[in-house]
Amino acid sequence: MEIEPARKYIYSDTELDREEGQVIEDLKAQSQQPIPDPDQWLGEELEQNILLTTVDALINWGRRSSLWTAICFPACCAFEMIAANGPRFDLARFGMEILRASPRQADLMITAGTLTWKMAPNVRRIYNQIAEPKWVIAMGACAISGGIFASAEYAVVPGYNRIIPVDVYIPGCPPRPEALIYGIQMLQKKIARRKNIDVRKLLER
Amino acid sequence: MTVSLSGKEVASKIEEKFSGSVVESSAENLVIKSDRVLDVARFLKETDGLDFDYLNFVTAVDRYDHFEVVYLLSSLEHNHSLMIKARCYDRENPALPSVVDVWQGADFQEREIYDLFGIKFEGHPNMKRIFLWDGFDGHPLRKDYI
Repeated sequence: MEIEPARKYIYSDTELDREEGQVIEDLKAQSQQPIPDPDQWLGEELEQNILLTTVDALINWGRRSSLWTAICFPACCAFEMIAANGPRFDLARFGMEILRASPRQADLMITAGTLTWKMAPNVRRIYNQIAEPKWVIAMGACAISGGIFASAEYAVVPGYNRIIPVDVYIPGCPPRPEALIYGIQMLQKKIARRKNIDVRKLLER
Repeated sequence: MTVSLSGKEVASKIEEKFSGSVVESSAENLVIKSDRVLDVARFLKETDGLDFDYLNFVTAVDRYDHFEVVYLLSSLEHNHSLMIKARCYDRENPALPSVVDVWQGADFQEREIYDLFGIKFEGHPNMKRIFLWDGFDGHPLRKDYI
């Protein structure tokens, strides 16, 4: 019986090295010029078009697409707010999931819960600390009218609109996370229609 | 399971030490004279065999002609409990001795009772409103409020 050699080559080692060297030389000969970047090809297409928009549309698009919420949740509606932020309802899909502990970095206030008169000055202070432009969503029956506490009103504020202006009201006790998301989308529509620049005043100058 | 002590048995022990301090007693609870509350509280906490070292709660009830302040006491050592009550007949300036010196947990609860019923606890270190704000008119949990 013949013993097979340990290494079997079609080519000898020297031929293999020579082959490899040829491949490298060929590639080097082909690659003397840099390949154009992909965005240059995109530029050729864009040059044939002109994009037109209004300043209002651009500003409103930016503002409504990044609504940051100030943390101010005095009562139980906050749990629906938390659920809306969680993985099941995933508020992050709409770009409005970030909660800001500092009101100075926020532009939306979701007033989730009962407000007592003792707490009212603090909520108003948080609202005043939010930089313009700012919006307020009244979430739940208590935020709208005082809810079930409205009849015993010695300590409960009958609606947040007594102390701060409210843009959107979301009914429910508490509202489902879907309702909250819908409410924020309504607010986004409201922001989209906002006029930021008064053309008449500009023309008067 | 916590055993609820008979008010009558405890009442006889209290009567031995402070005679005339128990107004009435039943199987469920006993009513203490309002000016002896602090003495009786200390006695219940420190007497061997009773050792009521834990105050579950203090609350109050408006019974129209008087206020009733209710204390539920427990002994963690013997696992038994007792309910004692005290009455205030003065509607204008109701007052009771504070038990904060005996059970620290009474601090905020006595302030809450003062806030909502207007019962002053004498000897309390910080007797002021807790939920409502300074300057609020009236005491909302009284039956004649509004």
